Amino acid sequence: MNSSKAGESFEKTAASRWWKRIHLGPLLGLLLIAAVLSLTSDRFLTASNLMNVARQVSINALLAVGATFVILTGGIDLSVGSVLALAGALAAGWMSGGFSPAAAVAGALLVGLGAGFANGALVAYGRLAPFIATLGTMTLYRGLTLIYTGGRPISSMPDSFYALGGGYLGPVPTPVWMMAVVFAAGWLMLNRMTPGRRILAIGGNEEAAMLSGIRTDRYKLLVYGISGGLSALAGVVLTSRLHSAQPTAGTGYELDAIAAVVLGGTSLSGGRGSLWGTLVGAFIIGVIDNGLNLLNVSSFYQQAVKGAVILAAVLMDRRR
Amino acid sequence: MTYAVEMRGIRKSFAGVPVLRDVDLAVTAGEVHALLGENGAGKSTLMKILSGVFLPDSGRTVIHGREMVIDSIRTAEAAGIAMIHQELNVIPDLSVADNLFLGRENMWVRWGILRTARLREAARRELEAVGLNVSPSVPVRHLGVGEKQLVEIAKALSKQANILIMDEPTAALTETETKRLFTMIRSLKERGTAVIYISHRMEELLAICDRVTVMRDGRSVGTFDVRKTDLNTLVRHMVGRPMSDRYPKRQSEPGRCLLRVSNLRTKKLKGVRLEIRAGEVVGLGGLMGAGRTEVARAIMGLDPLEDGNIEVDGRPVVIRHPADALHHGLGFVTEDRKEQGLLLAQTVRENLALPTLGRRQRMGWILRKQENAMARRHMERLRIRAAGIEQPAATLSGGNQQKVVFGKWLETSPKILILDEPTRGVDVGAKAEIYELINELTAQGIGILLISSDLPELLAMSDRILVMYEGSVTGIFHRQEADQEAIMACATGQRRREEGNR
Repeated sequence: MNSSKAGESFEKTAASRWWKRIHLGPLLGLLLIAAVLSLTSDRFLTASNLMNVARQVSINALLAVGATFVILTGGIDLSVGSVLALAGALAAGWMSGGFSPAAAVAGALLVGLGAGFANGALVAYGRLAPFIATLGTMTLYRGLTLIYTGGRPISSMPDSFYALGGGYLGPVPTPVWMMAVVFAAGWLMLNRMTPGRRILAIGGNEEAAMLSGIRTDRYKLLVYGISGGLSALAGVVLTSRLHSAQPTAGTGYELDAIAAVVLGGTSLSGGRGSLWGTLVGAFIIGVIDNGLNLLNVSSFYQQAVKGAVILAAVLMDRRR
Repeated sequence: MTYAVEMRGIRKSFAGVPVLRDVDLAVTAGEVHALLGENGAGKSTLMKILSGVFLPDSGRTVIHGREMVIDSIRTAEAAGIAMIHQELNVIPDLSVADNLFLGRENMWVRWGILRTARLREAARRELEAVGLNVSPSVPVRHLGVGEKQLVEIAKALSKQANILIMDEPTAALTETETKRLFTMIRSLKERGTAVIYISHRMEELLAICDRVTVMRDGRSVGTFDVRKTDLNTLVRHMVGRPMSDRYPKRQSEPGRCLLRVSNLRTKKLKGVRLEIRAGEVVGLGGLMGAGRTEVARAIMGLDPLEDGNIEVDGRPVVIRHPADALHHGLGFVTEDRKEQGLLLAQTVRENLALPTLGRRQRMGWILRKQENAMARRHMERLRIRAAGIEQPAATLSGGNQQKVVFGKWLETSPKILILDEPTRGVDVGAKAEIYELINELTAQGIGILLISSDLPELLAMSDRILVMYEGSVTGIFHRQEADQEAIMACATGQRRREEGNR
């Protein structure tokens, strides 16, 4: 039969499909925006500005990695901004109370992980819709943050802590390194390891995944845990960079994270998507923010422009 | 003469893979014309071209003597073409009337207000025309499958459709409903409607159709007058070779008891007992809703048990999740491939790999070479017709999707395999392949629980048959003692029959 010939060609297309997997669409969009900005502002395409963009992007990128995992299972995590604030406040509070930065950071990360697992438990075992569950905890965790801080920022921390968010390793800012490591680890887990495959299976068809012997509840717990842990990491980095933990930090960040995931081509219904796309998505948002600042656009207009660009990008992606 | 539908030299490829290579189809008005072919022969694609879902790469379509480019469903509807899909497109929570006139409510709007009384009155007339006696204000959710189908037919007719495509219309119907549908089709015929009828039930074709066009591998191989041909000829053209035996059941010698279930109780089950031996096919018969699938679900750990014991290979086991069942050597080929069996967006390889991911990994890393080899092995062994292991499951035909589901369970090397309606919606050729596979498995000492609504299949393929009625087993038959009437008597609760002598 001639199906063997067709078979070869199908496998060949799969092998040579790497360019498809890196999602050319969003990347082209990013390059287009960058090209426009480098023509309109002479400060955009400088090493220091690009490093600055990368540093700013890293916070949202960390949240967006977690959001990608959650969204791939067909869920959503609205609580990331609140977890970020809670972890930042706890780390700052513990340091001002005399704990070493290492202990405080470790403690904050554990709290973030726990907050994420709590989300996961509400979804997996409490059978709540992810939107409802994390809408509730978003408010709950923000409340806990306000209670802990009494509504006031915490800013007395040891100087050594500031290196985490503001320092450099070689020419590259520390948070950018963290972002790179987290992305690499996430990518490997998603594309080369069994948990990633199972997460994709759950988002693709939860019933079929469960019937195939996958303990779907555990993997849901896992993805919300990842999201919580990374939110806490982002919170610690932000606190370090600002030299202060704000109880209202991270408000609305969940939307930027979700926007990055969607811009990267991940399906909100789960099962399909890529971390590489999410990284590009996070950079699109970061570059727009940075560019509008460089062009002295008022912050009111910035919001409107950003929203419009996100919609345009997603619409263009749908067309292809 | 002019035909109602004339399609000539239709070709269509997807992603470079030809699905239709050269198809001719001509249907006259007032004719019921069957489209026959194995899964993957291209019937659905052809019908999607006729109903405006796809555009052909080349070929001509002539409707009532006028050449047309059917570039959308709207164009098809305007030309009087309507398709009744196998998965009925009704909205369960809307009323019958609202479903009938969905998208056309404007005909009953005045001053912005929908005049519901008039809409219902119009619906009542349309329902009468198809002989459906339900209130137009009842939500469609409350109707049976056959009634929903009649609603769809009424909807098509109310749009003045005179070319009606029916895809496997009887797949989910009872015998009475099927008879009613056939009466309906005959009256459509008298009105001069052209009906294109797709079905895998050969007996039906002879009963209702006038002519048959047979398709194979994307080509039309011939059109036959039903009165001047017979089943064997049609099947031979369809599969391209003579088929000697529809049910190639091989005798096997049942061995030790692999699965013993006793007093299985859930919400739907009232104390079910069953045993499956090595190399044995146990058939599970009964009407829809009798609790057959529920038995499988309870054994697999999908529904919580109120009571019951399960022994696998002589050892009592606790199964609370399909993962436990898998661990103990149970596999479950589900009834609904699309809803429960497959990840449609993912590839053949990824689907085959899913239940056994843990076996081809080192510290969590997936061993891709082993995975690829495994996928190729199953593609070859099961003769899955796909363009490669990387083809998305959604683009496979029904029979090939079913083979993928089989493959992923075979890879788990099960002791017991539960097959829930494994041949539903599958053509004769693929059916025979599935039966051969059952023989192969029993020869290896695997025990099989075969859930089936197809009585001839159940009688031919089972060593023993259990019949269920309202959540309990009402009859147990050995192969030699079973016949259709006795099984139906137990399935309708008119008779109970305990197990005969072993």
